[in-house]
Amino acid sequence: MKHVDEYRDSALARVLVDGIRQVADRPFKFMEVCGSHTVAIFKSGIRDLLPRNISLISGPGCPVCVTSVEDIDKAAAIAGMDGVVLATFGDMVRVPGSRVSLQKAKADGADVRVVYSPFDALKLAQSDPSRKVVFLAAGFETTSPAVAATLGRAIEAGVKNFLLLSVHKTIPGAMRALLDTPELGLDGFICPGHVSTIIGTAPYRFIADEYRRAAVVSGFEPLDILQSTLMLIEQIREGRPSVEIQYRRAVSEEGNPVARGVLGRYFEASDANWRGIGVIPGSGLKLKTEYAAYDAERVLDIKIGESRETRGCICGMVLKGIKNPPECRLFGKACTPETPVGACMVSFEGSCAAYYKYGAR
Amino acid sequence: MMRELIEELFLPALKGECACLGSDDSAVLSLAEFSGGRLALTTDTYVVSPVFFPGGNIGDLAVNGTVNDLSMAGARPLYLTAGFVVEEGFPVADLAKILDSMKKAADRADVMIVAGDTKVVEHGKADGIFINTAGAGMVPAGLDITARGLKPGDVLIVSGTIGDHGMAVLSKREGLDFESDIKSDSAPLNGLVADMIAAGDINALRDPTRGGLASTLVEFASESGVGIVIDESSLPVREPVRGACEILGLDPLYVANEGKLVASVPRAAAKTVLAAMRKNAVGRESTIIGEVVAEPAGKVLMKTIIGGTRLVDMLSGEQLPRIC
Amino acid sequence: MCIGIPGRIIKIDGRMATVDVGGAMRNIALDLIEDASPGDYIIAHAGFAIHKVDEEEAIKTLNMIREITGSVEDYDAAF
Repeated sequence: MKHVDEYRDSALARVLVDGIRQVADRPFKFMEVCGSHTVAIFKSGIRDLLPRNISLISGPGCPVCVTSVEDIDKAAAIAGMDGVVLATFGDMVRVPGSRVSLQKAKADGADVRVVYSPFDALKLAQSDPSRKVVFLAAGFETTSPAVAATLGRAIEAGVKNFLLLSVHKTIPGAMRALLDTPELGLDGFICPGHVSTIIGTAPYRFIADEYRRAAVVSGFEPLDILQSTLMLIEQIREGRPSVEIQYRRAVSEEGNPVARGVLGRYFEASDANWRGIGVIPGSGLKLKTEYAAYDAERVLDIKIGESRETRGCICGMVLKGIKNPPECRLFGKACTPETPVGACMVSFEGSCAAYYKYGAR
Repeated sequence: MMRELIEELFLPALKGECACLGSDDSAVLSLAEFSGGRLALTTDTYVVSPVFFPGGNIGDLAVNGTVNDLSMAGARPLYLTAGFVVEEGFPVADLAKILDSMKKAADRADVMIVAGDTKVVEHGKADGIFINTAGAGMVPAGLDITARGLKPGDVLIVSGTIGDHGMAVLSKREGLDFESDIKSDSAPLNGLVADMIAAGDINALRDPTRGGLASTLVEFASESGVGIVIDESSLPVREPVRGACEILGLDPLYVANEGKLVASVPRAAAKTVLAAMRKNAVGRESTIIGEVVAEPAGKVLMKTIIGGTRLVDMLSGEQLPRIC
Repeated sequence: MCIGIPGRIIKIDGRMATVDVGGAMRNIALDLIEDASPGDYIIAHAGFAIHKVDEEEAIKTLNMIREITGSVEDYDAAF
């Protein structure tokens, strides 16, 4: 596959690893914020190739994992309503709420559908106007413009039975929260590739300017990640923390203004509750008031009891990179991918699931 | 109604050379010619949705699946029974199509469907049609093939590309649809197994259906108490299957197959067994994917494309398409 | 967090494109990008194209990796 296979060359990977080994003269700790990076790193065995003094730690970049218990409870309540279909992305259905996951709600008779694209949820609404289709919209800046564009199409087509439950989140605020966590001791970030496709590099500038940490926007193939690691080390060694782009084929400094325009038409910033982390001001997206008719929270009468997170689960510290999954006493015992307790075990790209699945050292 | 369905649709469609599928409640069969061998029995229920998919339907799947379960024990599959649960309102034309492909699949695998049962349930009590098939076969005397027979020093051979069936089915699922020429690999493997047994020693066989190749390898390693090392770059995956997996965020290693097997073969026999497999139409793309080692016992490791090593784990739950 | 797959646009019909990812075809919406034409590679996420792959930059990146690795031959557009 073009633009994929070129970046999986084993000979080049070996030389990049050698290059890293030569310049890595002290321990370095980098965080890959994005869950797709986490998966790529585990799947390609990069951790096993890198010298031991380079640690890559996984960050909070899995939108499924950071969806709060309360938001799952709301979605489950909606799914249980008469005449309502709840549609969402694949692994959202396994995230535990206070009482049930959406998968369990489905087993109990709720109509929950898995879709690949928000567009498919809109098609569901159009094919059955007698029922309300609520799309549980999770995702970071990569995904939210797609949801906004779908809403635009719904409005254009006069579809009245398509609603959104927005649990969208934005990344830079969370990265600042991480930098404000002193015990983390990060040297720099492998910045999310496709989030940056949309937002560009300006939102990361504070990382270098205020916190003097390195930042490289990376692609998702093994050579991309290795090259980004090398670039991060070089920034630090040369004493010039900055925001560089390794993933130039898909990311430019200015990002994608068309996508941001579509997003800004329908959504505005709000506070958001991140599972395990808490409320980060301005890190969420909610529908603007003029689109209240499409907002599930405003249209439907959602009643949930008190939401509570599971006791003993250290997802919050894992998401912040303070603790590694095996340090949790539930890891691999009460909490496995089959019976996830915390959200990090649910998603394929959650840190705990990745550690469990790929047997990380 | 039921009587008519059986007499006018099921019996003519499924009846083979043998007169045993009829109105009697039991098929009575002779196993005299297999004295000294052992009887292999298996049963499996098929609930695939959608019922029709590129490259097959629930009917041939139900025949091939059971034929293959018998074949993996080294048995020569002989007789099948078929039980149908049909949802009221399921189109008779579709049923006829399914029965026709069952008959064709049985003929292709050289087995006979000798007994059957049909229940029609109220609308909403089933999803179109469910089929159970049970199968009987004979394991020749002296042959002992299990999933627990792996030995350090064996090589692992897979009989062709992986992930075709699962992606063919997924390509027709509501909400995920994509166009491709991916077809299910649904096929009987008894002929291939016979050729392999004739060619050389086989220590273990299994067909990597649900859970894909990864799950079969993990079962192999844990049941035999050995380690397995596979080479990522040697895994045969058709390009469109790879593409579709990339789109949906799935790993072909965990996607179902319905016409493939994995064999653990002593290194000394590997060359002749592999050559015999490649001569058979369903094994043309057979290839060596890895080897069996003593340590780490119970674990499957993968040498990745870029030269790293990682653990391969069993799939937990159904693989769901992901955006992230 | 965000799976994005490069695929080639086969044809465009209004705001929808048929995109080929290794032989698997998917309808992808073009609402979020401008000036896409058949033959272009785009990054698709959740059914939407979010970026047109910059071929020149792709070649530059590969050349840069080759430079680090000491390989002199240029990685040209012929792949």
